Amino acid sequence: MNISTRRNDKTTIFDLSGDIDFANSPHVRDSVLLEIRESRASRVMVNLSQVRYIDSSGVASLVEGLKASRDLGSRFILFGLSMAAREVLQLSRLIKVFEVYDTEEQAMAS
Amino acid sequence: MLALYSNPKWLSVARAAVERLAEVLGFPVEQCRSITRAVDEALTNIVRHSYSNRLDQPIAMHFRRAQRRRDGQVQKGLEILLCDRGPPVDPSKFQGRPLEEIRAGGLGLHFIQQAMDTLEFTRKGPMNRLRLVKYLAQGSSVL
Repeated sequence: MNISTRRNDKTTIFDLSGDIDFANSPHVRDSVLLEIRESRASRVMVNLSQVRYIDSSGVASLVEGLKASRDLGSRFILFGLSMAAREVLQLSRLIKVFEVYDTEEQAMAS
Repeated sequence: MLALYSNPKWLSVARAAVERLAEVLGFPVEQCRSITRAVDEALTNIVRHSYSNRLDQPIAMHFRRAQRRRDGQVQKGLEILLCDRGPPVDPSKFQGRPLEEIRAGGLGLHFIQQAMDTLEFTRKGPMNRLRLVKYLAQGSSVL
């Protein structure tokens, strides 16, 4: 699993790739929450296009990111959902809770 | 049989083995993914709850053919038995959370129940045993 961060203006973008499971979801959670709290970006976007697998603990990390963003008055956006990510978010019915876009361009324009 | 330790770094290895096994047995791609996800979540539960995140405890995974008769026809499938030596688990805690709740956590059991036809927990001697079974659609068996 890899996580990298891009920042521009008032937007922070996380690029996640590989398998997100219990071995590394605490790292994802901590990275996302730290960035949200420190950058105070008005928009936080998570790129899930290269996520090959994500388990319930990975989904929980995204939910925590969403809640932390809401607490700080910023938007938390998911885009480019891979099949694995979309499947799990649909199964958990959490896909309706997140702001989701197909592409980074659409998310940026939102 | 696959034996591993309770270090989460082995989860990816277990997933790879289960997904490939499900493929070879003829499960459709979507079911291969859901069976794999169920086993991954069950193993994670063992690591977290049975072994309290200790990294060096034993987990055994047994794979067997399963068979049942339904509507007069034999339906074949895959049985996966996960065994750990943690303290006894209270089966009443085997409940997923309502999906209407928006919160982190509590989804793993829901994923297991969604994927598998059978989920049975037993305590045998010093071992917790979780039995998961998924049956193939009738007539699609390559077992």
